[in-house]
Amino acid sequence: MSDIAIQFNHVGKLYRLGRVGTGTFSHDLNRWWQTKILRREDPYLKIGETNDRAHKGNSDFVWALRDVSFDVKQGEVVGIIGKNGAGKSTLLKILSRITSPTTGEIRARGRIASLLEVGTGFHGEMTGRENIYMNGAILGMTRAEVTRKLDEIIDFAGVERYIDTPVKRYSSGMKIRLGFAVAAFLEPDILVVDEVLSVGDAEFKRKSIGKMQDISRDEGRTVLFVSHNMAAVRQLCQRGVVLKEGSVDFSGTTDDAIKYYLENHLEKTNELIKDNIDELAPFITVNKIEINGTDKTESTIAANQEYLDLSINGETTEPFVANIQLRFFNENHVAMATYSEGAYKGTMVAVNVGSFSISRKIHLPKYLSTGDYLLEFEINRRKQQGITRFLWAKRCAKVHVEGSFEPFCRPLSARWDGFLGL
Amino acid sequence: MAEDWSLIIRPKKRLLDLDLKGLWRYRDLWLMYIRRDIVTAYKQTVLGPLWFLIQPVFTIVMYMFVFGGLAGISTEGAPQPLFYLSGIMLWNYFSESFNASSVVFTANSNVFGKVYFPRLVVPLSRLTSNLVKLGIQLLLFIVVYIGYVVATDYQPSLNATLLLFPFYVLLLAFHALSWGLLVSSVTAKYRDFTILVSFGIQLFMYATPIIYPLSAAGEKYRWALELNPLTPIFEAFKYGCLGCGSFSWSGLLYSTVFMCVTLFVSIIVFNRVERTFMDTV
Repeated sequence: MSDIAIQFNHVGKLYRLGRVGTGTFSHDLNRWWQTKILRREDPYLKIGETNDRAHKGNSDFVWALRDVSFDVKQGEVVGIIGKNGAGKSTLLKILSRITSPTTGEIRARGRIASLLEVGTGFHGEMTGRENIYMNGAILGMTRAEVTRKLDEIIDFAGVERYIDTPVKRYSSGMKIRLGFAVAAFLEPDILVVDEVLSVGDAEFKRKSIGKMQDISRDEGRTVLFVSHNMAAVRQLCQRGVVLKEGSVDFSGTTDDAIKYYLENHLEKTNELIKDNIDELAPFITVNKIEINGTDKTESTIAANQEYLDLSINGETTEPFVANIQLRFFNENHVAMATYSEGAYKGTMVAVNVGSFSISRKIHLPKYLSTGDYLLEFEINRRKQQGITRFLWAKRCAKVHVEGSFEPFCRPLSARWDGFLGL
Repeated sequence: MAEDWSLIIRPKKRLLDLDLKGLWRYRDLWLMYIRRDIVTAYKQTVLGPLWFLIQPVFTIVMYMFVFGGLAGISTEGAPQPLFYLSGIMLWNYFSESFNASSVVFTANSNVFGKVYFPRLVVPLSRLTSNLVKLGIQLLLFIVVYIGYVVATDYQPSLNATLLLFPFYVLLLAFHALSWGLLVSSVTAKYRDFTILVSFGIQLFMYATPIIYPLSAAGEKYRWALELNPLTPIFEAFKYGCLGCGSFSWSGLLYSTVFMCVTLFVSIIVFNRVERTFMDTV
């Protein structure tokens, strides 16, 4: 079992909402007066701090983490995913020894470096060079180690020209670059990273993700990575651990974990696509519309998904010949792509009286960028005198695309492709 | 199950877990903090480190005017500038080290909340960087001292107890550290004490024989001054270099024991607070 780098044994962290000091002695006195003498509600207990766990039983306590147990093997890159407040950051804080667990223990082999923030300990008055040494020392590097890597760090950060200028004169982007560069050249056995890649411009993001891949793949370090960016997790990690309300909900391969997370943790809507029909010919009754395998208005397109399924069931009392259309809009309601059989292929569908069922497999472009798209579904017929709409459902559904990590792909966007015909 | 874990994180630590090994491993950080303190202290000033000298010079001139002139407090025959300077430079060292140690948690919460390193590195580095300032003021003291001997008929009255000077500084440093750590552990939760302490330490200066000799205190109050564990240090230093004041082994022993006890307690408290202070700060 010696290939285990980190072992979490029933780790728990209890936060005492009601009893933690409010910051000043007078506030604590006030709280004591209000709650114990006047029997009122605690004036300092904010609404945001209470949650489901708090309401059950004793409202003073919240388990931010509860009974978390899992092992991380040597050289493994593990992504920790979960909603806000699932306990991801608390877990990293305990592993980084910033705060202590309430129960359980963590055992680890090797030097741990945690990157919960870039540029910790930067002092504005000191130059870039001095801050590299300062930040390196805070992260646990020796002076000799920093000196050895100084050139690489400066090069990676791309701030050579400013290296002897006080950091307070840096732009915020330069500070972040410098901070990440120092951290990137740390050589710990175990690296703990919390959502720090969501900073900087696209070029730097690509650079830092690439560096992270080098660290984990080529140098064989154990990495714990917390992120909301599923594409980054997918790209970097071999294993995923899903946290839910402080407990391990799922543990497995990255793809399974992300799938599990997306299916079970995102809030489900009960709204039906067919309820979003704006115009419908009076002779048609719609029983069901399914887009992307669901009749609900929200769904997710996975990163490697090739087709988008579309189907509609209904009844009609009059026959009609029509064109099936599906449009993609971005969140700003700008049209991105459209599927239109009649327009592009000259294919029309002929529907006879009685019940009908139409289904299509729409081929998706290879690189969809991460984001939410709105869909518009339309069954129409364009004639010389105008357009006849048999069914028109504007913005009838929302799909979340788990695309590739943005810097690596050409996104589906009007900026690059204009209007895309599917 | 292999038992060669290099790190085990548990809810509880041993009471007196000093983690000296960790401190040693982070010695470069300790050096960087010292460097940072010195480099940034007077950045963007014209006079730079000269301020280390200007401060005490003006203070002494004020003291000579107020305490020596207006109040007429005795300096037991020692020249006033030397008498005041000897007290002030040690006191400055003590109070600045104390102040720095007492805000360890609150002033560094942004760094402590993101990275782990032995927290004691920060106060220890402040104790060290303050030594530089003490050294510069000591130079001033020596220059003024020599000036007095050369320019006036002042007879230098140095004696062998002066060899204990490094020990006096060490004592002061650890007094400052242990009291500071105690205060910092309390202020991690209650900010009120920061205010209490900042003027408390100003008042405490007058309870220590710095601008007056112990002998100037009446018999009625002398026991109270002697309870002050800093009293023997200041008295002994003045005795060593100026020939005034008093030297007492028992006093220094009392001060040392006092320091050891408070250091012991403060490290226990500090360790307790250190584990979870991020949840309360």
